[in-house]
Amino acid sequence: MKVLVAVKRVVDYNVKVRPKSDMTDVDLANVKMSINPFCEIAVEEAVRLKEKGVATEIVAVSVGPQQSQEQLRTALALGADRAILINTDETLEPLAIAKCLKAVCESESPDIILMGKQAIDGDNNQTGQMLGALTGYGQATFASELTIDGGNATVIREVDGGLQTLALPLPAIVTADLRLNEPRYASLPNIMKAKKKQLDTTTPADLGVDIANRVTLLGVELPAERAAGIKVEDISQLVDKLKNEAKVIS
Amino acid sequence: MSTLVIAEHDNSSMNVATLNSVAAAQAIGGDIDILVVGTDCQAAAEQAAQVAGIGKVMVADNAAYAHSLAENVAPMVAEAAAGYSHIMATATTTAKNIIPRVAALLDVQAISDISGVVSEDTFKRPIYAGNLIATVQSSDAIKVLTVRGTAFDAAPAEGGSASIEAVASAHDSAKSSFIGEEVAVSDRPELTAADIVISGGRGMGNGENFDMLYSLADKLGAAVGASRAAVDAGFVPNDMQVGQTGKIVAPDLYVAVGISGAIQHLAGMKDSKVIVAINKDEEAPIFSVADYGLVADLFVALPELDAAV
Repeated sequence: MKVLVAVKRVVDYNVKVRPKSDMTDVDLANVKMSINPFCEIAVEEAVRLKEKGVATEIVAVSVGPQQSQEQLRTALALGADRAILINTDETLEPLAIAKCLKAVCESESPDIILMGKQAIDGDNNQTGQMLGALTGYGQATFASELTIDGGNATVIREVDGGLQTLALPLPAIVTADLRLNEPRYASLPNIMKAKKKQLDTTTPADLGVDIANRVTLLGVELPAERAAGIKVEDISQLVDKLKNEAKVIS
Repeated sequence: MSTLVIAEHDNSSMNVATLNSVAAAQAIGGDIDILVVGTDCQAAAEQAAQVAGIGKVMVADNAAYAHSLAENVAPMVAEAAAGYSHIMATATTTAKNIIPRVAALLDVQAISDISGVVSEDTFKRPIYAGNLIATVQSSDAIKVLTVRGTAFDAAPAEGGSASIEAVASAHDSAKSSFIGEEVAVSDRPELTAADIVISGGRGMGNGENFDMLYSLADKLGAAVGASRAAVDAGFVPNDMQVGQTGKIVAPDLYVAVGISGAIQHLAGMKDSKVIVAINKDEEAPIFSVADYGLVADLFVALPELDAAV
């Protein structure tokens, strides 16, 4: 069984982002970049499928600038077999990324596509679902447990009310939530080995994908700051403040 | 201009989250219709028809729509979208699952989680876990949107008498099937609709200690939430998680107990009107957003608080 796993290069989750001084966009100069944490979980799940003998090949794919090779190398170090970079310096929207991934699905014919449920930069939470629409495959988003049995995937999903279990015929798309697994750290020997693994580069144009943006970013701003609060001494002062100052309890 | 709001419901009743989308649609202006897709969902449709200011309610009632499977519901919504300028739904896990699939079927770039309406084609939305607010303009003919519920006050649930129209439609893709669900049953208010939310973090130590929060919540009529750390540690189930990837809440009062305040947690609660933090670490980032901070051992403070309210 072949697994396609998509990874995105994003600002590291520990970085506190700022707007550019002209407020036109996010300031990404000299900011630490990493693999999107949800994508890392998807890679880990792919590797576990291979370790269980379910998957035979893992292909990692990313859509982004040349530097996205770093994140693909991370996926290779974690256990992916080879990688494809769809190289573009444009900032692609989820729809365009899904179109690129659809083209890769057509050429690679994976049995399952694993992705993160959202990227922590745009927080869109769209690409997996859009790829589902474009390929006509079933989708199981927000997955916290994945089991493959023959030609079917059984997925437990984290939903607002609790947990939902779906069964999907393969090929299907599964997007990872936080509790699907805890990703391993790549070992030094595996990082070294990853440098020798195959990494092919293509472009959206080569894939015949129209990447024109539909949405224009007009600007970014900082959210309204909360006014500084106070420290209370004890519970009785807290209850007094909540009753008589904030008037939120009676 | 006309907006089609996709109702969130469980067939027997409409979820009040739908009313936040109606409010966002009112901010855009123009006619507003509601689409109810489900199985034996007439009761939910009748509630939708009572929402003030709705033109009509369309009902697609079919066995294939029983569990809101995206593969079946999305083509139905995409079909119904013809003639509308805006399609929207409140960003619940159901809508987040379906709406992007609808958008791609329509060849539209969806806009997730709008928190403000600037004009009919321009919206504000949080990015980077709410650390920045982006203003974005759509050039698509149909705008497909999800709405951050906490950013729009719910429209009145009553006062309308819209007509209800059945839509003959059946999409059964067989691309996924429902096996089962584990739904938390609680007498407490729903997290996203509660006036008061009390949340516990890793500092709670274990699941049993959450009983202290449940006791306090029952006295205050509050819902109980949790940080990701508490859910990951297995103290409480996932549906209680508040944060960037969990539930977004903005109650009148949010009490964070034993929660350090990672930005991913703050993203889910910092729009609350009043925030109280109880934590023994006075350097905890949660204090930077708290209106009232109490540096104390929660195991001492909670019983005192419980006795005082």
